[in-house]
Amino acid sequence: MPEEGAPKGRGELRAQPRRSRTRQTTHSGTSSGAPNPPNSLHPGAWWTWSLGLATAATRTTNPLLLSLLITVSAYVVATHRTPTPSSHSYTAFAKLGLAVLLIRLAFATILGSPIPGTHVLLTLPQVPLPHWAQGIRLGGKVTAEGLTFAFYDALKLATLLLCVGAANALANPARLLKSLPGALYETGVAVVVALTFAPNLIADAQRLRAARRLRGRPDRGLRGLLHVGLPVLEGALERSVALAAAMDARGYGRTAQVPASVRRTTAALTLGGLLGVCAGTYGLLTAEGGTYGLPLLLAGVVAALAGLRLGGRRTLRTRYRPDAWDLRAWLVTCSGVSVAALLTLAATRDPAALNPGVIPLVAPTLPLWPAAAVLLGLAPAFLTSKPSKPSKSPREPS
Amino acid sequence: MIRFEDVSVTYDGAAQPAVQGVDFEVPEGELVLLVGPSGVGKSTVLGAVSGLVPHFTGGTLRGRVTVAGRDTRTHKPRELADVVGTVGQDPLSHFVTDTVEDELAYGMESLGIAPEVMRRRVEETLDLLGLAELRNRLLATLSGGQQQRVAIGSVLTPHPRVLVLDEPTSALDPAAAEEVLAVLQRLVHDLGTTVLLAEHRLERVIQYADQVALLPAPGAPPVLGTPAEVMAVSPVYPPVVGLGRLADWTPLPLTVRDARRRAGDLRERLAGREPARGATPVTGSLPNPRPSTSRWRVRKQTATSTRVQAATPTPVQTAEVRVLTVRRAHAEALHHIDLTITPGETIALMGRNGAGKSTLLNTLVGLVTPTSGSVRVGGLTPHRTAPRDLVRRAGLVPQEPRDLLYADTVAAECTAADADAGAAPGTCRALVSELLPGVTDGIHPRDLSEGQRLALALAIVLTARPPLLLLDEPTRGLDYAAKSRLVTILRALAAEGHAIVLATHDVELAAELAHRVVLLADGEVIADGPTAEVVVASPSFAPQTTKILAPQQWLTVSEVREALA
Repeated sequence: MPEEGAPKGRGELRAQPRRSRTRQTTHSGTSSGAPNPPNSLHPGAWWTWSLGLATAATRTTNPLLLSLLITVSAYVVATHRTPTPSSHSYTAFAKLGLAVLLIRLAFATILGSPIPGTHVLLTLPQVPLPHWAQGIRLGGKVTAEGLTFAFYDALKLATLLLCVGAANALANPARLLKSLPGALYETGVAVVVALTFAPNLIADAQRLRAARRLRGRPDRGLRGLLHVGLPVLEGALERSVALAAAMDARGYGRTAQVPASVRRTTAALTLGGLLGVCAGTYGLLTAEGGTYGLPLLLAGVVAALAGLRLGGRRTLRTRYRPDAWDLRAWLVTCSGVSVAALLTLAATRDPAALNPGVIPLVAPTLPLWPAAAVLLGLAPAFLTSKPSKPSKSPREPS
Repeated sequence: MIRFEDVSVTYDGAAQPAVQGVDFEVPEGELVLLVGPSGVGKSTVLGAVSGLVPHFTGGTLRGRVTVAGRDTRTHKPRELADVVGTVGQDPLSHFVTDTVEDELAYGMESLGIAPEVMRRRVEETLDLLGLAELRNRLLATLSGGQQQRVAIGSVLTPHPRVLVLDEPTSALDPAAAEEVLAVLQRLVHDLGTTVLLAEHRLERVIQYADQVALLPAPGAPPVLGTPAEVMAVSPVYPPVVGLGRLADWTPLPLTVRDARRRAGDLRERLAGREPARGATPVTGSLPNPRPSTSRWRVRKQTATSTRVQAATPTPVQTAEVRVLTVRRAHAEALHHIDLTITPGETIALMGRNGAGKSTLLNTLVGLVTPTSGSVRVGGLTPHRTAPRDLVRRAGLVPQEPRDLLYADTVAAECTAADADAGAAPGTCRALVSELLPGVTDGIHPRDLSEGQRLALALAIVLTARPPLLLLDEPTRGLDYAAKSRLVTILRALAAEGHAIVLATHDVELAAELAHRVVLLADGEVIADGPTAEVVVASPSFAPQTTKILAPQQWLTVSEVREALA
């Protein structure tokens, strides 16, 4: 362990990581030799890919294309998700998507739809509403056109949700935060800790509700939940304090000495940059600021970035096995971006195929080349190797 | 390496200092054990080394603490992070990241160590602590022993010259504790790391200590000396020392091996005498300790013991578990468990971390629904019984007694417990006064010590007078005095006819208290029989007295004392 060990021992110890590194490089097929965990792709690549698919979904209401997008993202998630807790969130997102779909259809049925239609499916008894509620309809005719329109619309939203879910499942958002610039690192850790706060809170609440049973009180129902509220918050707070102490004792927040001039320049650059961004955005959004808006915004962004970079000098941190942005990451990113770009192009070139009309009611057709473009999104499934699954045996001799 | 110069610490709002007159030095490369009863300020002394006291906890520190020449007054904990590694009592609250490998690297990242060095040290530490298989595992999925090893590893990677540990083995089963201690010994011997360690379970650690610092009472200055010297005067001591004091061995033996070599004459004096287990102290209204492991004989015996139980309204069997299987997240937590619990008997449930002890206890109070098989407690099926009815059949004191406490004051807690249990007002308060003499009504449960909180939770559970009392890991964090009070209480309860089941890693407690030991491994019962038989047969579960006096079957020092009297 210690640096000052015998030279022979050091040589032996050193040989080991090097050996394992060569094994990895052959395993993952990259030649960069970066100290990258086997099979792990830069989380940024997965997020760009998923957001690309999501962008593509906003360009179309064609249910066939949307289903294809869902299938593509689900296939990649099924083959490539990592065995982390965040990967379970995909199921949650799927349920949320389904709920959105059902709620939208229920609303269209009960409240009616602004889409005029001729194909009446059924007529619900209409509730007469007072005159101040004019424009709101309860019950009445339910048309096939209205329902179809609601379905297309909801499917689009569900696809968006599933794409975000896919990003969560493929790359832990916490790992994405690790790639932040040094100056933002501490904020990043704070965010990560805050992200784990909610799951811990839920686990605590479940444990304490169970404990209510031990005291002979009902452990189900709303009252059970309300009664444990205070102890749960107390416990969560105590844990946060304990974690803060542990982090402090392990060197969180150590800073390097930097000259006062650098500190002042950093502050000036960051502040000035942010002001520039604000003013520039304002300029862009108002009618009369069209001339100075864009240059000011750009200058602000540059100044803020320079401030961040300079601020990074204050932190001593180094990164353990940082995620490398390698060829695979480029390809995965490209695949996502090209799906988005091609569907945007298709939406302008052939709007009728991508947004099938509901009046008159026609069966949507699958536009050939946009569908092929969506299939490009499958590329990551073949470009990247599957993550190795560590043994998940919950009980292991300690 | 660590120097305390006339240190006293007073927390904000406290009348007296938590510790005072602390003045000693820990030389480089030594393992120093900090011992003392609960609440004497062991954690405060440990915290002062890492600078968390007073920088993080608040309060006033007088005197001076220097670590590797750095004064903790001028250095914040983060500036000491490269020389001091601290591991607290609960490894889970120590973890910042979520996988083993990231956790090991976290401290080094904060210190700005070069990536190649980090990589090498992570690999070395994985090997040193035997964690290589677990490198990609999520921390939350590890067992207690594995988590403790990762916590130690995570502070080892920055190569601190000082390691400070607060009760590193109290939550671990005997085998996992051995594992952690072996690592510490290796660090001290091979790498010259200085270790300062606080631990209640002296029987596990005393043999590894170079020096012992004893805090005899709150506010009293520490006594420093070799383990044998300090143990001769210490109010807390392991059974091996207790036996040595009883037999007047000087110098006191600290290991089972040393004691065995001296024990020849003691064994001779004890030859022909029988442990007075049958007559003392539990068996007033009890059947004899179970002579057999087989189920049908146990049940036959229950039939004969109904005469004794006629006075109490409890049914013949307090609880019965038949071919119980519990499946959780694709893995079987319990597999084909058969268990019969009769009134008045005390059962120790033992086995390594994650063997299914807590799951079995939770099944008996209906917190876990059986996948197959049946559980009957007092004639009811726990998971289908309303909580109000169940508390009168079975009561569980959970691993964290605090989970049971909601109210702001002890008095409010007692009133609530009376209402919950439908008992006469004042029942719970009377129990509290009995178990915890001197605790006032207005005190907040959080301000109680670990042992007092356990007693309060026990009183609350007992308010409903359940015939079946379950305790999950009751001695975690208890000193010997609190433990012996607990033993007295539980014996009295068993004598009244309560059936008691305790899940514990504490072999000395099991030896002291249990009539019967049930060993679990991987969710299955691997041994079920009288304590003397089961415990003697297993090297890791045998109490120290048994090991010293083998082949004679003595379990505790008090048995030996009574036999000699």
